[in-house]
Amino acid sequence: MLLVVEQFLNGLQFGLLLFLLAAGLTLVFGIMDFVNLAHGSLYMMGAYFAATFVAWTGNFVIGVMLALGATLLLGIVVEFVALRHLYGRDHLDHVLATFGLILFFNDAVRLIWGPAGLALPLPAWLTVPIQIMPGVFYPSYRLAIIVVSLLVAAFLYVVVMRSRLGMLIRAGASNREMIGALGINIKLLYTLVFGLGAALAGLAGLMQAPILTVQIGMGENILILAFVIIVIGGIGSIRGAFLAAIFVGLIDTLGRAFLPDLLRQMLSSTAASTAAPALSSMLIYLLMAIVLVLRPEGLFPANRR
Amino acid sequence: MKELLDARNVIVALVVAGLLLLPLYTSITGNIFVLTLFTRIVIFALAAASLNLIMGYGGMMSFGHAAYLGIGGYAVGILAAEGIGSGFIQWPVALAASALFALVVGALSLRTRGVYFIMITLAFAQMAYYIASGLARYGGDDGLTIYKRSTFDGLINLSSRVQFYYLCLACLFGGIYLIWRIVNSRFGMVVQGLRSNEARMQAIGFPASRYRLVCFVIAGTMCGLAGALLANNTDFVSPAVMYWTRSGDLMVMVILGGMGSLFGPMIGAIVYLLLEELLSQVTEYWALIMGPLLLLIVLFGHGGILGLLGRLRRG
Repeated sequence: MLLVVEQFLNGLQFGLLLFLLAAGLTLVFGIMDFVNLAHGSLYMMGAYFAATFVAWTGNFVIGVMLALGATLLLGIVVEFVALRHLYGRDHLDHVLATFGLILFFNDAVRLIWGPAGLALPLPAWLTVPIQIMPGVFYPSYRLAIIVVSLLVAAFLYVVVMRSRLGMLIRAGASNREMIGALGINIKLLYTLVFGLGAALAGLAGLMQAPILTVQIGMGENILILAFVIIVIGGIGSIRGAFLAAIFVGLIDTLGRAFLPDLLRQMLSSTAASTAAPALSSMLIYLLMAIVLVLRPEGLFPANRR
Repeated sequence: MKELLDARNVIVALVVAGLLLLPLYTSITGNIFVLTLFTRIVIFALAAASLNLIMGYGGMMSFGHAAYLGIGGYAVGILAAEGIGSGFIQWPVALAASALFALVVGALSLRTRGVYFIMITLAFAQMAYYIASGLARYGGDDGLTIYKRSTFDGLINLSSRVQFYYLCLACLFGGIYLIWRIVNSRFGMVVQGLRSNEARMQAIGFPASRYRLVCFVIAGTMCGLAGALLANNTDFVSPAVMYWTRSGDLMVMVILGGMGSLFGPMIGAIVYLLLEELLSQVTEYWALIMGPLLLLIVLFGHGGILGLLGRLRRG
């Protein structure tokens, strides 16, 4: 029972983290119709920036804030220099260009920080376990991730659905020419959205960093997960991304934790121990395939066009 | 005659002649490295050409094409590990396994369009990747060493570098010829018509998904052949062959060379892999140059290298 609660929370935490990544992706995708494979690189850069700034300033919070700002700036620069010329082009061009960006960022990181990974140490106040139920302790850092992610999700909801800026963003998604004709600077708006997405990816990266190590290519596996999420949730839908992210986080974590035991009861133990890791890694891809076959537009298609 | 002699055709002819004469060059200079490099390039060119059939002509943007490289490779590797060394068994099995995988993936993914199709093919390739990682008996994550290349009863000796190179080259040219025949057949016309206007083709009475599926399976099978060749070339097969960045590489080759042109993917594969090789000799950080280069190609070079050459002629 204890293990179930803990794994459930781990799944929730992972899902919320994935949501941060997927939200930026789905915003950029749904609003600019742009496929950004380099989103995972921004996630990686967020983690590297955080590790550097925290070591530099000696303060976790200040370092993290600086890293967030740096990722935001990086996103805006990348958009301004390269990607804004690709809006309205074929999706394939986006894939190729951002694939090039991944290559670039991976080697840039290797050049600057070296091939070995970095560690992002936690301050003392984030390492104490917290008692969440009688007799059940949970790492406070993971709890902090859950709280921060939920706050960011609420913030996103308010910005996109309740603010004037969000109204403009949504209007830009449904009719780009019209909102431009009404005198709104759509280019600036797109740059802002891209920067916001970059900052979200950076936030996800730096929050994940203390749990895993900061290393080259860390953004690539998780990027695929984020794509799976936005495809399951329906491209362009933040609500869909939120639900799908939690769903995927739970399935992935619980699958890894309990599938081996479950299989062992059905199969011989050697067969189970070989099949379980592969099967639990495949689980979410299987889920995505099923969703796409049954509902080719995702579970919560955004109402656009 | 003047039509035939534009910059693009001349380049293609020169490249084909160069590929054919390459072993002559190595036997004169004794530079074996070039031959092994080009064997790899020719194999990837075949894979890229097969991707071009569905991507360029069929409009199906598959982001999971490297899966067939792995499936073809693993068919050879697993049979070799089980003591079946004959290429007459290994290769048909490799082709059949790839075709079967393409049939299943195609039947499910062709229900979706656009970005969703890109993503679902990616998901299936990742599934294949994880299955291969889970094959503990055949090396799992570490991959599977193939101790003996496929044997063909003395017909051809794959351990001879030159013979193996010519076999790969024959497969490449055979593949391109097949694609040329397909594209200019009634079947190919229908598939290209579906790319341009699906609703209209269906209104005329063509069952869209069946035509697409057959095309998808042909491309997958062809790439499975490339996988069997690749496994024989490296004497090794590992899940990394199927990783999604590998599929990305194949896409880049196709787009770089010129999507929807017969020889484009071959040129793309040569340029991409040569560039990778040259840059990695100059600097350890070759991707630092390669990445922005790709970006520039997308930004300014529409239609790939062959498209650029085509424009050159028109001035």
